[in-house]
Amino acid sequence: MGELEETVLDAFRRGGLSRRAFLKFCAATASLLALPPAAATAMAETLARTPRPTVIYLSYQECTACLESMTRSFSPTIEHLIFNNISLAFNDTLQAAAGEAAEAARKEAMRQAWGKYILIVDGAVPMGAGGAYCVAAGQSAVDDLRHAAQGAAAIIAVGTCAAFGGIPYAAPNPTGAVPVSEVIRDRPVINVSGCPPIPEVMTGVVVYYLSFGMPALDHQGRPLAFYGNSIHDRCYRRPFYDEGRFAHTFDDEGARNGWCLYELGCKGPVTYNACATLKWNQGTSFPIQSGHGCLGCSEPDFWDKGGFYRPLSAATGHWPRGEVLGAAALGGVVVGAGMAALARSHQKTSAAKTAKEAGSPPPKEDPHER
Amino acid sequence: MSAETNLLDFARGPALEAALIILVFGIFWRLVGVLALPRTRDLSEPRVRHAWLGGVKTIFTRMWPRREFRPRILHWEAVSYIFHIGLAVVILGLVPHILLIRDITGLSWPGLPDGVITFAAGAALISLLALLAHRVTHPVLRQISNFDDYFSWLLVFTPLLTGLMAYYHLGGRYEDLLGLHMLSAELLLAWLPFSKLAHTVFFLFSRGVTGAVYSRRGARI
Ligand code: SF4
Ligand code: SF4
Repeated sequence: MGELEETVLDAFRRGGLSRRAFLKFCAATASLLALPPAAATAMAETLARTPRPTVIYLSYQECTACLESMTRSFSPTIEHLIFNNISLAFNDTLQAAAGEAAEAARKEAMRQAWGKYILIVDGAVPMGAGGAYCVAAGQSAVDDLRHAAQGAAAIIAVGTCAAFGGIPYAAPNPTGAVPVSEVIRDRPVINVSGCPPIPEVMTGVVVYYLSFGMPALDHQGRPLAFYGNSIHDRCYRRPFYDEGRFAHTFDDEGARNGWCLYELGCKGPVTYNACATLKWNQGTSFPIQSGHGCLGCSEPDFWDKGGFYRPLSAATGHWPRGEVLGAAALGGVVVGAGMAALARSHQKTSAAKTAKEAGSPPPKEDPHER
Repeated sequence: MSAETNLLDFARGPALEAALIILVFGIFWRLVGVLALPRTRDLSEPRVRHAWLGGVKTIFTRMWPRREFRPRILHWEAVSYIFHIGLAVVILGLVPHILLIRDITGLSWPGLPDGVITFAAGAALISLLALLAHRVTHPVLRQISNFDDYFSWLLVFTPLLTGLMAYYHLGGRYEDLLGLHMLSAELLLAWLPFSKLAHTVFFLFSRGVTGAVYSRRGARI
Protein backbone atom coordinates (compact mmCIF):
# COMPACT_ATOMS: atom_id res chain seq x y z
CA MET A 1 0.00 0.00 0.00
CA GLY A 2 2.96 2.26 0.69
CA GLU A 3 3.64 2.50 -3.02
CA LEU A 4 0.18 3.88 -3.62
CA GLU A 5 0.86 6.86 -1.42
CA GLU A 6 3.57 7.99 -3.82
CA THR A 7 2.16 10.75 -6.03
CA VAL A 8 2.39 10.98 -9.79
CA LEU A 9 4.89 13.86 -9.45
CA ASP A 10 7.03 11.85 -7.02
CA ALA A 11 7.09 9.04 -9.51
CA PHE A 12 8.06 11.43 -12.28
CA ARG A 13 10.98 12.65 -10.22
CA ARG A 14 11.97 9.15 -9.27
CA GLY A 15 12.05 8.37 -12.97
CA GLY A 16 14.75 11.03 -13.36
CA LEU A 17 12.47 13.71 -14.84
CA SER A 18 12.48 17.27 -13.61
CA ARG A 19 9.48 19.21 -12.36
CA ARG A 20 9.88 21.30 -15.48
CA ALA A 21 9.44 18.21 -17.66
CA PHE A 22 6.40 17.33 -15.59
CA LEU A 23 4.87 20.78 -16.20
CA LYS A 24 5.67 20.53 -19.89
CA PHE A 25 3.94 17.19 -19.99
CA CYS A 26 0.85 18.67 -18.30
CA ALA A 27 0.82 21.60 -20.72
CA ALA A 28 1.16 19.27 -23.72
CA THR A 29 -1.66 17.07 -22.47
CA ALA A 30 -3.90 20.06 -21.71
CA SER A 31 -3.40 21.41 -25.20
CA LEU A 32 -4.13 17.97 -26.66
CA LEU A 33 -7.39 18.02 -24.80
CA ALA A 34 -8.04 21.54 -26.07
CA LEU A 35 -8.22 22.74 -22.46
CA PRO A 36 -7.46 26.36 -21.56
CA PRO A 37 -3.88 27.09 -20.32
CA ALA A 38 -5.12 27.41 -16.74
CA ALA A 39 -6.17 23.78 -16.87
CA ALA A 40 -2.54 22.74 -17.31
CA THR A 41 -1.73 24.31 -13.95
CA ALA A 42 -4.75 22.67 -12.36
CA MET A 43 -3.70 19.39 -13.89
CA ALA A 44 -0.15 19.73 -12.56
CA GLU A 45 -1.43 20.60 -9.10
CA THR A 46 -3.81 17.68 -9.01
CA LEU A 47 -1.30 15.19 -10.37
CA ALA A 48 1.29 16.40 -7.86
CA ARG A 49 -1.14 15.35 -5.10
CA THR A 50 -2.70 12.31 -6.76
CA PRO A 51 -1.40 8.99 -5.49
CA ARG A 52 0.23 7.04 -8.24
CA PRO A 53 -2.50 4.78 -9.56
CA THR A 54 -2.37 1.17 -10.51
CA VAL A 55 -3.16 0.21 -14.06
CA ILE A 56 -4.26 -3.28 -14.96
CA TYR A 57 -4.11 -3.82 -18.71
CA LEU A 58 -6.00 -6.86 -19.97
CA SER A 59 -5.96 -8.11 -23.55
CA TYR A 60 -8.55 -10.41 -25.08
CA GLN A 61 -9.39 -10.87 -28.77
CA GLU A 62 -6.97 -8.35 -30.21
CA CYS A 63 -3.94 -7.99 -32.45
CA THR A 64 -1.71 -6.00 -30.04
CA ALA A 65 -1.65 -2.99 -32.36
CA CYS A 66 -3.28 -0.85 -29.66
CA LEU A 67 -0.42 -1.60 -27.32
CA GLU A 68 2.06 -1.10 -30.17
CA SER A 69 0.51 2.28 -30.79
CA MET A 70 0.44 3.17 -27.10
CA THR A 71 4.09 2.42 -26.58
CA ARG A 72 4.89 4.90 -29.35
CA SER A 73 3.33 7.79 -27.54
CA PHE A 74 4.91 11.22 -27.46
CA SER A 75 7.58 12.47 -25.11
CA PRO A 76 7.55 11.99 -22.15
CA THR A 77 6.79 8.67 -23.67
CA ILE A 78 3.98 6.43 -22.62
CA GLU A 79 6.62 3.98 -21.45
CA HIS A 80 7.62 6.62 -18.95
CA LEU A 81 4.05 7.38 -18.16
CA ILE A 82 2.98 3.83 -17.56
CA PHE A 83 6.13 2.28 -16.15
CA ASN A 84 7.43 5.05 -14.03
CA ASN A 85 4.54 7.36 -13.46
CA ILE A 86 1.47 5.26 -13.67
CA SER A 87 2.06 1.90 -12.23
CA LEU A 88 1.35 -0.65 -14.89
CA ALA A 89 0.83 -3.52 -12.53
CA PHE A 90 -0.15 -6.01 -15.14
CA ASN A 91 0.21 -6.37 -18.88
CA ASP A 92 0.99 -9.83 -20.11
CA THR A 93 2.59 -8.63 -23.35
CA LEU A 94 5.01 -6.15 -21.85
CA GLN A 95 5.98 -7.89 -18.67
CA ALA A 96 8.81 -10.35 -18.43
CA ALA A 97 7.01 -12.73 -16.11
CA ALA A 98 4.86 -15.45 -17.60
CA GLY A 99 2.60 -18.27 -16.50
CA GLU A 100 1.79 -18.72 -12.84
CA ALA A 101 4.19 -16.01 -11.70
CA ALA A 102 2.44 -13.46 -13.90
CA GLU A 103 -1.00 -14.53 -12.71
CA ALA A 104 0.13 -14.30 -9.11
CA ALA A 105 1.54 -10.81 -9.74
CA ARG A 106 -1.72 -9.69 -11.25
CA LYS A 107 -3.83 -11.07 -8.42
CA GLU A 108 -1.60 -9.39 -5.91
CA ALA A 109 -1.70 -6.03 -7.72
CA MET A 110 -5.47 -6.18 -7.99
CA ARG A 111 -5.85 -7.18 -4.36
CA GLN A 112 -3.66 -4.31 -3.20
CA ALA A 113 -5.43 -1.67 -5.27
CA TRP A 114 -8.92 -3.21 -5.18
CA GLY A 115 -11.51 -0.51 -5.87
CA LYS A 116 -8.89 1.99 -7.03
CA TYR A 117 -7.13 0.71 -10.12
CA ILE A 118 -7.66 1.81 -13.71
CA LEU A 119 -8.66 -1.11 -15.84
CA ILE A 120 -7.60 -0.85 -19.47
CA VAL A 121 -9.02 -3.49 -21.77
CA ASP A 122 -8.09 -4.08 -25.36
CA GLY A 123 -9.75 -6.65 -27.57
CA ALA A 124 -13.29 -7.92 -27.86
CA VAL A 125 -14.76 -10.49 -25.49
CA PRO A 126 -15.97 -13.76 -27.04
CA MET A 127 -19.23 -15.01 -25.56
CA GLY A 128 -19.72 -18.01 -27.86
CA ALA A 129 -19.24 -21.57 -26.57
CA GLY A 130 -19.40 -20.36 -22.99
CA GLY A 131 -16.46 -18.03 -23.55
CA ALA A 132 -14.18 -20.89 -24.59
CA TYR A 133 -12.64 -18.98 -27.52
CA CYS A 134 -10.43 -16.93 -25.22
CA VAL A 135 -9.22 -18.59 -22.06
CA ALA A 136 -6.12 -17.79 -20.04
CA ALA A 137 -5.02 -19.55 -16.86
CA GLY A 138 -8.25 -21.55 -16.91
CA GLN A 139 -10.49 -18.50 -16.87
CA SER A 140 -12.55 -17.22 -19.78
CA ALA A 141 -12.18 -13.63 -20.92
CA VAL A 142 -15.76 -12.80 -19.95
CA ASP A 143 -15.36 -14.11 -16.38
CA ASP A 144 -11.97 -12.48 -16.09
CA LEU A 145 -13.35 -9.12 -17.23
CA ARG A 146 -16.35 -9.27 -14.92
CA HIS A 147 -14.11 -9.98 -11.97
CA ALA A 148 -11.52 -7.33 -12.84
CA ALA A 149 -14.22 -4.72 -13.44
CA GLN A 150 -15.54 -5.14 -9.90
CA GLY A 151 -12.36 -3.73 -8.43
CA ALA A 152 -11.81 -0.99 -10.99
CA ALA A 153 -12.25 2.72 -10.34
CA ALA A 154 -12.51 3.34 -14.07
CA ILE A 155 -12.70 1.12 -17.12
CA ILE A 156 -11.15 2.24 -20.38
CA ALA A 157 -11.86 0.17 -23.49
CA VAL A 158 -8.91 0.82 -25.74
CA GLY A 159 -9.24 0.20 -29.46
CA THR A 160 -12.26 -0.44 -31.63
CA CYS A 161 -12.39 -4.15 -30.69
CA ALA A 162 -12.84 -3.38 -26.99
CA ALA A 163 -15.01 -0.33 -27.64
CA PHE A 164 -17.32 -1.65 -30.38
CA GLY A 165 -16.34 -5.26 -31.06
CA GLY A 166 -14.10 -4.36 -33.99
CA ILE A 167 -12.78 -7.07 -36.25
CA PRO A 168 -13.70 -10.09 -34.08
CA TYR A 169 -17.26 -8.69 -34.06
CA ALA A 170 -17.36 -8.40 -37.88
CA ALA A 171 -19.84 -10.62 -39.69
CA PRO A 172 -20.23 -13.53 -39.25
CA ASN A 173 -18.70 -13.07 -35.79
CA PRO A 174 -17.86 -16.75 -35.29
CA THR A 175 -16.84 -16.38 -31.65
CA GLY A 176 -19.83 -14.33 -30.55
CA ALA A 177 -17.53 -11.42 -29.74
CA VAL A 178 -18.94 -8.38 -27.94
CA PRO A 179 -17.50 -5.05 -26.83
CA VAL A 180 -16.59 -4.42 -23.19
CA SER A 181 -19.68 -2.27 -22.69
CA GLU A 182 -21.89 -5.26 -23.40
CA VAL A 183 -20.28 -7.25 -20.62
CA ILE A 184 -20.06 -4.35 -18.15
CA ARG A 185 -23.47 -2.77 -18.39
CA ASP A 186 -23.93 -1.24 -14.96
CA ARG A 187 -21.34 1.53 -15.24
CA PRO A 188 -19.81 3.78 -17.87
CA VAL A 189 -16.95 2.47 -19.94
CA ILE A 190 -14.68 5.05 -21.55
CA ASN A 191 -14.32 4.02 -25.18
CA VAL A 192 -11.05 5.04 -26.78
CA SER A 193 -11.77 3.68 -30.23
CA GLY A 194 -9.54 3.45 -33.27
CA CYS A 195 -7.75 0.65 -35.01
CA PRO A 196 -5.49 1.40 -33.30
CA PRO A 197 -6.29 4.57 -31.32
CA ILE A 198 -3.91 7.49 -31.55
CA PRO A 199 -1.33 7.05 -28.75
CA GLU A 200 -1.70 10.63 -27.52
CA VAL A 201 -5.42 10.08 -27.19
CA MET A 202 -4.87 7.07 -24.93
CA THR A 203 -2.38 8.97 -22.78
CA GLY A 204 -4.55 12.05 -22.76
CA VAL A 205 -7.59 10.13 -21.56
CA VAL A 206 -5.67 8.47 -18.70
CA VAL A 207 -4.14 11.78 -17.60
CA TYR A 208 -7.48 13.56 -17.86
CA TYR A 209 -9.09 10.91 -15.71
CA LEU A 210 -6.37 11.21 -13.08
CA SER A 211 -6.62 15.01 -13.05
CA PHE A 212 -10.29 15.75 -13.46
CA GLY A 213 -12.16 12.46 -13.21
CA MET A 214 -14.57 11.15 -15.80
CA PRO A 215 -14.30 13.02 -19.11
CA ALA A 216 -17.37 14.13 -21.06
CA LEU A 217 -18.34 11.34 -23.44
CA ASP A 218 -20.24 11.27 -26.71
CA HIS A 219 -23.21 8.99 -27.37
CA GLN A 220 -20.79 6.17 -28.16
CA GLY A 221 -18.95 6.55 -24.87
CA ARG A 222 -15.94 8.29 -26.44
CA PRO A 223 -14.25 11.31 -24.84
CA LEU A 224 -15.58 14.37 -26.63
CA ALA A 225 -12.25 16.12 -26.40
CA PHE A 226 -10.85 13.72 -28.99
CA TYR A 227 -13.92 12.40 -30.75
CA GLY A 228 -15.99 15.57 -30.95
CA ASN A 229 -15.20 16.34 -34.58
CA SER A 230 -15.32 14.22 -37.67
CA ILE A 231 -12.22 13.68 -39.77
CA HIS A 232 -14.02 15.53 -42.57
CA ASP A 233 -14.68 18.55 -40.30
CA ARG A 234 -10.96 19.01 -39.79
CA CYS A 235 -9.59 17.58 -43.02
CA TYR A 236 -7.17 19.79 -44.90
CA ARG A 237 -8.57 18.41 -48.20
CA ARG A 238 -12.00 19.76 -47.33
CA PRO A 239 -11.75 22.80 -49.65
CA PHE A 240 -11.42 20.38 -52.57
CA TYR A 241 -14.50 18.51 -51.43
CA ASP A 242 -16.41 21.78 -51.36
CA GLU A 243 -15.13 22.75 -54.79
CA GLY A 244 -16.08 19.37 -56.19
CA ARG A 245 -12.49 18.37 -56.99
CA PHE A 246 -11.98 14.67 -56.44
CA ALA A 247 -9.28 12.12 -57.10
CA HIS A 248 -10.83 9.42 -59.29
CA THR A 249 -8.00 6.91 -58.92
CA PHE A 250 -4.97 6.65 -56.67
CA ASP A 251 -2.59 7.84 -59.36
CA ASP A 252 -4.47 10.42 -61.38
CA GLU A 253 -3.98 14.15 -61.50
CA GLY A 254 -6.40 14.66 -58.62
CA ALA A 255 -4.50 12.22 -56.43
CA ARG A 256 -1.22 13.95 -57.22
CA ASN A 257 -2.72 17.34 -56.48
CA GLY A 258 -4.05 16.21 -53.14
CA TRP A 259 -7.73 16.51 -53.99
CA CYS A 260 -10.51 15.02 -51.90
CA LEU A 261 -10.60 11.23 -51.58
CA TYR A 262 -14.38 10.87 -51.21
CA GLU A 263 -14.74 9.10 -54.52
CA LEU A 264 -12.07 6.59 -53.50
CA GLY A 265 -14.12 5.60 -50.48
CA CYS A 266 -13.03 8.06 -47.77
CA LYS A 267 -15.27 7.63 -44.70
CA GLY A 268 -14.05 10.87 -43.07
CA PRO A 269 -17.49 12.50 -43.12
CA VAL A 270 -18.95 9.89 -40.75
CA THR A 271 -15.85 9.13 -38.70
CA TYR A 272 -15.14 10.82 -35.38
CA ASN A 273 -11.50 10.80 -34.38
CA ALA A 274 -8.59 13.18 -33.88
CA CYS A 275 -6.39 12.02 -36.79
CA ALA A 276 -6.82 15.20 -38.82
CA THR A 277 -5.70 17.39 -35.91
CA LEU A 278 -3.30 15.34 -33.75
CA LYS A 279 -2.08 13.18 -36.64
CA TRP A 280 0.17 10.17 -36.14
CA ASN A 281 3.83 9.56 -35.33
CA GLN A 282 4.38 12.70 -33.30
CA GLY A 283 2.16 14.76 -35.55
CA THR A 284 3.95 13.77 -38.76
CA SER A 285 1.02 12.80 -40.94
CA PHE A 286 -2.23 10.86 -41.06
CA PRO A 287 -3.77 8.46 -43.56
CA ILE A 288 -5.52 11.09 -45.70
CA GLN A 289 -2.35 13.16 -45.84
CA SER A 290 -0.48 10.17 -47.20
CA GLY A 291 -3.07 9.73 -49.93
CA HIS A 292 -5.51 7.14 -48.62
CA GLY A 293 -9.10 7.69 -47.59
CA CYS A 294 -10.20 7.25 -43.99
CA LEU A 295 -11.43 3.71 -43.31
CA GLY A 296 -13.66 4.84 -40.47
CA CYS A 297 -11.67 2.72 -38.01
CA SER A 298 -12.95 4.49 -34.89
CA GLU A 299 -16.60 3.80 -35.71
CA PRO A 300 -18.71 0.75 -34.85
CA ASP A 301 -18.87 -1.94 -37.54
CA PHE A 302 -16.35 -0.16 -39.77
CA TRP A 303 -15.42 -3.54 -41.17
CA ASP A 304 -18.92 -4.28 -42.44
CA LYS A 305 -19.90 -1.13 -44.30
CA GLY A 306 -19.77 -2.34 -47.85
CA GLY A 307 -16.08 -1.85 -48.60
CA PHE A 308 -13.28 0.59 -47.89
CA TYR A 309 -13.09 1.77 -51.49
CA ARG A 310 -16.80 2.32 -52.02
CA PRO A 311 -17.92 5.93 -51.86
CA LEU A 312 -19.94 6.79 -48.81
CA SER A 313 -23.02 7.56 -50.89
CA ALA A 314 -22.96 4.22 -52.70
CA ALA A 315 -24.93 1.15 -51.70
CA THR A 316 -23.36 -1.10 -49.09
CA GLY A 317 -25.03 -4.28 -50.28
CA HIS A 318 -23.17 -6.58 -52.64
CA TRP A 319 -26.18 -7.69 -54.64
CA PRO A 320 -26.05 -8.24 -58.41
CA ARG A 321 -27.59 -4.92 -59.54
CA GLY A 322 -28.31 -5.88 -63.15
CA GLU A 323 -29.93 -9.22 -62.35
CA VAL A 324 -32.04 -7.98 -59.46
CA LEU A 325 -33.31 -4.84 -61.20
CA GLY A 326 -33.81 -6.75 -64.46
CA ALA A 327 -35.95 -9.27 -62.61
CA ALA A 328 -37.91 -6.40 -61.02
CA ALA A 329 -38.53 -4.92 -64.49
CA LEU A 330 -39.63 -8.29 -65.83
CA GLY A 331 -41.94 -8.76 -62.87
CA GLY A 332 -43.41 -5.32 -63.56
CA VAL A 333 -43.99 -6.18 -67.24
CA VAL A 334 -45.72 -9.44 -66.33
CA VAL A 335 -47.97 -7.84 -63.72
CA GLY A 336 -48.74 -4.87 -66.00
CA ALA A 337 -49.64 -7.13 -68.93
CA GLY A 338 -51.72 -9.33 -66.63
CA MET A 339 -53.63 -6.32 -65.31
CA ALA A 340 -54.26 -5.08 -68.84
CA ALA A 341 -55.51 -8.52 -69.92
CA LEU A 342 -57.79 -8.57 -66.91
CA ALA A 343 -59.12 -5.14 -67.85
CA ARG A 344 -59.80 -6.35 -71.40
CA SER A 345 -61.71 -9.42 -70.28
CA HIS A 346 -63.60 -7.39 -67.71
CA GLN A 347 -64.54 -4.93 -70.43
CA LYS A 348 -65.85 -7.74 -72.63
CA THR A 349 -67.94 -9.38 -69.92
CA SER A 350 -69.46 -6.11 -68.85
CA ALA A 351 -70.22 -5.23 -72.49
CA ALA A 352 -71.90 -8.60 -72.94
CA LYS A 353 -73.86 -8.10 -69.74
CA THR A 354 -75.06 -4.66 -70.78
CA ALA A 355 -76.11 -6.00 -74.16
CA LYS A 356 -78.01 -8.89 -72.58
CA GLU A 357 -79.81 -6.56 -70.23
CA ALA A 358 -80.78 -4.40 -73.19
CA GLY A 359 -82.16 -7.49 -74.94
CA SER A 360 -79.94 -7.24 -77.99
CA PRO A 361 -77.60 -10.05 -79.04
CA PRO A 362 -74.15 -9.83 -77.46
CA PRO A 363 -71.71 -7.97 -79.68
CA LYS A 364 -69.10 -9.93 -81.54
CA GLU A 365 -65.45 -9.11 -81.10
CA ASP A 366 -65.13 -5.36 -81.27
CA PRO A 367 -63.60 -4.92 -84.72
CA HIS A 368 -62.29 -1.53 -83.71
CA GLU A 369 -60.36 -2.65 -80.74
CA ARG A 370 -56.66 -2.88 -81.09
CA MET B 1 -24.07 -0.66 -32.16
CA SER B 2 -25.52 2.80 -32.36
CA ALA B 3 -28.98 3.44 -33.66
CA GLU B 4 -27.74 6.47 -35.58
CA THR B 5 -25.04 4.65 -37.48
CA ASN B 6 -27.48 1.89 -38.15
CA LEU B 7 -29.90 4.35 -39.69
CA LEU B 8 -27.32 5.24 -42.33
CA ASP B 9 -26.33 1.61 -42.79
CA PHE B 10 -29.96 0.67 -43.22
CA ALA B 11 -30.44 3.49 -45.73
CA ARG B 12 -27.37 2.48 -47.74
CA GLY B 13 -28.15 -1.22 -47.53
CA PRO B 14 -31.55 -2.95 -47.49
CA ALA B 15 -33.66 0.22 -47.80
CA LEU B 16 -31.86 1.32 -50.95
CA GLU B 17 -32.17 -2.12 -52.49
CA ALA B 18 -35.89 -2.34 -51.68
CA ALA B 19 -36.59 1.17 -52.97
CA LEU B 20 -34.86 0.47 -56.29
CA ILE B 21 -36.68 -2.81 -56.75
CA ILE B 22 -40.05 -1.15 -56.06
CA LEU B 23 -39.19 1.75 -58.37
CA VAL B 24 -38.24 -0.43 -61.33
CA PHE B 25 -41.04 -2.92 -60.76
CA GLY B 26 -43.60 -0.15 -60.33
CA ILE B 27 -42.58 1.82 -63.41
CA PHE B 28 -42.77 -1.21 -65.67
CA TRP B 29 -46.02 -2.35 -64.13
CA ARG B 30 -47.68 1.03 -64.62
CA LEU B 31 -46.20 1.63 -68.04
CA VAL B 32 -47.06 -1.77 -69.51
CA GLY B 33 -50.38 -1.77 -67.70
CA VAL B 34 -51.39 1.50 -69.33
CA LEU B 35 -49.90 0.87 -72.76
CA ALA B 36 -51.54 -2.55 -73.04
CA LEU B 37 -55.00 -1.31 -72.10
CA PRO B 38 -57.66 -1.74 -74.77
CA ARG B 39 -58.22 1.37 -76.84
CA THR B 40 -60.83 1.93 -79.50
CA ARG B 41 -59.49 2.38 -82.96
CA ASP B 42 -59.84 5.83 -84.50
CA LEU B 43 -61.97 5.26 -87.60
CA SER B 44 -61.69 8.78 -88.95
CA GLU B 45 -59.61 9.55 -92.00
CA PRO B 46 -56.09 10.51 -90.82
CA ARG B 47 -55.56 14.19 -91.60
CA VAL B 48 -51.79 13.95 -91.59
CA ARG B 49 -49.43 11.29 -92.87
CA HIS B 50 -47.27 10.86 -89.83
CA ALA B 51 -49.35 11.48 -86.75
CA TRP B 52 -46.53 10.35 -84.45
CA LEU B 53 -44.57 13.43 -85.51
CA GLY B 54 -47.35 15.45 -83.92
CA GLY B 55 -46.78 13.39 -80.79
CA VAL B 56 -43.10 14.27 -80.70
CA LYS B 57 -43.91 17.90 -81.36
CA THR B 58 -46.39 18.00 -78.48
CA ILE B 59 -43.75 16.76 -76.04
CA PHE B 60 -41.98 20.05 -76.70
CA THR B 61 -44.85 22.47 -77.35
CA ARG B 62 -46.42 21.57 -74.02
CA MET B 63 -43.29 22.78 -72.28
CA TRP B 64 -44.55 26.35 -72.43
CA PRO B 65 -48.11 27.65 -72.00
CA ARG B 66 -50.13 28.73 -75.02
CA ARG B 67 -50.41 32.42 -75.61
CA GLU B 68 -54.01 32.60 -74.35
CA PHE B 69 -53.05 31.30 -70.93
CA ARG B 70 -49.80 33.13 -70.48
CA PRO B 71 -50.96 36.24 -68.63
CA ARG B 72 -52.60 34.08 -65.99
CA ILE B 73 -50.07 31.31 -65.43
CA LEU B 74 -46.75 32.32 -66.87
CA HIS B 75 -45.23 33.33 -63.53
CA TRP B 76 -46.23 30.02 -61.94
CA GLU B 77 -44.86 28.21 -64.94
CA ALA B 78 -41.57 30.02 -64.35
CA VAL B 79 -41.55 29.05 -60.66
CA SER B 80 -42.22 25.47 -61.63
CA TYR B 81 -39.30 25.62 -64.05
CA ILE B 82 -37.00 26.98 -61.37
CA PHE B 83 -38.03 24.07 -59.17
CA HIS B 84 -37.56 21.41 -61.84
CA ILE B 85 -34.23 22.73 -63.07
CA GLY B 86 -32.96 23.25 -59.53
CA LEU B 87 -33.90 19.72 -58.61
CA ALA B 88 -32.28 18.29 -61.73
CA VAL B 89 -29.05 20.19 -61.04
CA VAL B 90 -28.97 18.88 -57.47
CA ILE B 91 -29.77 15.29 -58.40
CA LEU B 92 -27.48 15.07 -61.40
CA GLY B 93 -24.74 17.51 -60.40
CA LEU B 94 -23.78 16.58 -56.85
CA VAL B 95 -20.84 14.19 -56.88
CA PRO B 96 -22.13 11.84 -54.13
CA HIS B 97 -25.33 11.44 -56.20
CA ILE B 98 -23.35 10.71 -59.35
CA LEU B 99 -21.33 8.13 -57.44
CA LEU B 100 -24.51 6.43 -56.30
CA ILE B 101 -25.87 6.41 -59.85
CA ARG B 102 -22.54 5.07 -61.09
CA ASP B 103 -22.66 2.34 -58.47
CA ILE B 104 -26.08 1.22 -59.67
CA THR B 105 -25.97 1.84 -63.41
CA GLY B 106 -22.31 2.19 -64.30
CA LEU B 107 -23.00 5.61 -65.85
CA SER B 108 -21.00 8.60 -64.74
CA TRP B 109 -20.37 12.25 -65.63
CA PRO B 110 -18.51 15.20 -64.08
CA GLY B 111 -20.04 16.88 -61.03
CA LEU B 112 -20.58 20.52 -60.10
CA PRO B 113 -19.03 22.55 -57.27
CA ASP B 114 -20.99 22.86 -54.06
CA GLY B 115 -21.81 26.55 -54.55
CA VAL B 116 -23.83 25.73 -57.65
CA ILE B 117 -25.54 22.81 -55.94
CA THR B 118 -26.43 24.87 -52.87
CA PHE B 119 -27.85 27.63 -55.04
CA ALA B 120 -29.90 25.16 -57.06
CA ALA B 121 -31.13 23.36 -53.94
CA GLY B 122 -32.09 26.64 -52.28
CA ALA B 123 -33.94 27.79 -55.39
CA ALA B 124 -35.75 24.46 -55.67
CA LEU B 125 -36.69 24.54 -52.00
CA ILE B 126 -38.05 28.09 -52.10
CA SER B 127 -39.98 27.52 -55.31
CA LEU B 128 -41.41 24.33 -53.87
CA LEU B 129 -42.68 26.30 -50.87
CA ALA B 130 -44.14 28.93 -53.18
CA LEU B 131 -45.89 26.27 -55.23
CA LEU B 132 -47.39 24.76 -52.11
CA ALA B 133 -48.62 28.16 -50.98
CA HIS B 134 -50.15 28.65 -54.42
CA ARG B 135 -51.83 25.27 -54.25
CA VAL B 136 -53.48 25.85 -50.89
CA THR B 137 -54.52 29.45 -51.60
CA HIS B 138 -55.82 29.07 -55.14
CA PRO B 139 -59.52 28.09 -54.84
CA VAL B 140 -59.65 25.86 -57.90
CA LEU B 141 -56.26 24.28 -57.42
CA ARG B 142 -57.17 23.51 -53.85
CA GLN B 143 -60.37 21.81 -54.95
CA ILE B 144 -58.58 19.49 -57.34
CA SER B 145 -55.71 18.65 -54.99
CA ASN B 146 -55.77 15.41 -53.08
CA PHE B 147 -53.56 13.40 -50.75
CA ASP B 148 -51.29 12.41 -53.63
CA ASP B 149 -50.44 16.04 -54.34
CA TYR B 150 -49.53 16.90 -50.77
CA PHE B 151 -47.74 13.67 -49.95
CA SER B 152 -45.74 13.82 -53.16
CA TRP B 153 -44.83 17.40 -52.34
CA LEU B 154 -43.63 16.31 -48.91
CA LEU B 155 -41.58 13.45 -50.33
CA VAL B 156 -39.77 15.83 -52.68
CA PHE B 157 -39.34 18.52 -50.07
CA THR B 158 -37.89 16.27 -47.34
CA PRO B 159 -34.86 14.92 -49.23
CA LEU B 160 -34.04 18.44 -50.42
CA LEU B 161 -34.22 19.82 -46.90
CA THR B 162 -32.39 16.95 -45.18
CA GLY B 163 -29.80 16.96 -47.95
CA LEU B 164 -29.02 20.63 -47.36
CA MET B 165 -29.03 20.11 -43.61
CA ALA B 166 -26.64 17.18 -43.89
CA TYR B 167 -24.35 19.08 -46.21
CA TYR B 168 -24.13 22.02 -43.85
CA HIS B 169 -24.24 19.96 -40.63
CA LEU B 170 -27.34 21.79 -39.45
CA GLY B 171 -29.53 20.40 -36.71
CA GLY B 172 -27.87 17.09 -36.02
CA ARG B 173 -24.95 14.78 -36.55
CA TYR B 174 -23.96 14.36 -40.17
CA GLU B 175 -24.51 10.60 -40.25
CA ASP B 176 -28.05 10.92 -38.81
CA LEU B 177 -28.99 13.62 -41.31
CA LEU B 178 -27.42 11.69 -44.14
CA GLY B 179 -29.33 8.57 -43.08
CA LEU B 180 -32.58 10.56 -42.97
CA HIS B 181 -31.79 12.14 -46.30
CA MET B 182 -31.19 8.80 -47.96
CA LEU B 183 -34.24 7.19 -46.38
CA SER B 184 -36.53 10.04 -47.42
CA ALA B 185 -35.15 9.90 -50.96
CA GLU B 186 -35.73 6.14 -50.98
CA LEU B 187 -39.31 6.64 -49.88
CA LEU B 188 -39.66 9.05 -52.79
CA LEU B 189 -38.30 6.47 -55.23
CA ALA B 190 -40.67 3.79 -53.96
CA TRP B 191 -43.67 6.13 -54.05
CA LEU B 192 -42.87 7.58 -57.45
CA PRO B 193 -44.40 4.97 -59.80
CA PHE B 194 -47.72 4.89 -57.95
CA SER B 195 -48.31 8.61 -57.63
CA LYS B 196 -48.50 11.78 -59.67
CA LEU B 197 -44.73 11.84 -59.44
CA ALA B 198 -44.81 9.15 -62.11
CA HIS B 199 -45.00 12.06 -64.55
CA THR B 200 -41.19 11.95 -64.35
CA VAL B 201 -41.47 9.02 -66.76
CA PHE B 202 -45.06 9.20 -67.99
CA PHE B 203 -45.07 12.76 -69.27
CA LEU B 204 -43.34 11.62 -72.44
CA PHE B 205 -46.02 9.02 -73.12
CA SER B 206 -49.05 11.07 -72.14
CA ARG B 207 -47.95 14.06 -74.17
CA GLY B 208 -46.84 11.92 -77.07
CA VAL B 209 -50.07 9.94 -77.25
CA THR B 210 -52.26 13.03 -76.87
CA GLY B 211 -50.27 14.84 -79.54
CA ALA B 212 -50.42 11.89 -81.94
CA VAL B 213 -54.18 11.39 -81.52
CA TYR B 214 -55.00 15.04 -82.03
CA SER B 215 -52.66 15.58 -84.90
CA ARG B 216 -54.18 12.56 -86.65
CA ARG B 217 -57.52 14.33 -86.39
CA GLY B 218 -56.03 17.50 -87.72
CA ALA B 219 -56.26 19.50 -84.51
CA ARG B 220 -53.75 22.23 -83.97
CA ILE B 221 -51.43 21.21 -81.16
S1 SF4 C 1 -10.52 13.38 -48.02
FE1 SF4 C 1 -12.20 12.48 -46.82
S2 SF4 C 1 -12.24 13.60 -44.89
FE2 SF4 C 1 -11.02 14.79 -46.36
S3 SF4 C 1 -12.47 16.22 -47.29
FE3 SF4 C 1 -12.41 14.44 -48.61
S4 SF4 C 1 -14.10 13.13 -47.85
FE4 SF4 C 1 -13.67 14.64 -46.25
S1 SF4 D 1 -7.97 8.43 -40.74
FE1 SF4 D 1 -9.80 7.20 -40.30
S2 SF4 D 1 -9.21 5.06 -40.66
FE2 SF4 D 1 -7.34 6.27 -40.55
S3 SF4 D 1 -6.72 6.06 -38.43
FE3 SF4 D 1 -7.94 7.94 -38.56
S4 SF4 D 1 -10.05 7.29 -38.09
FE4 SF4 D 1 -8.86 5.45 -38.51
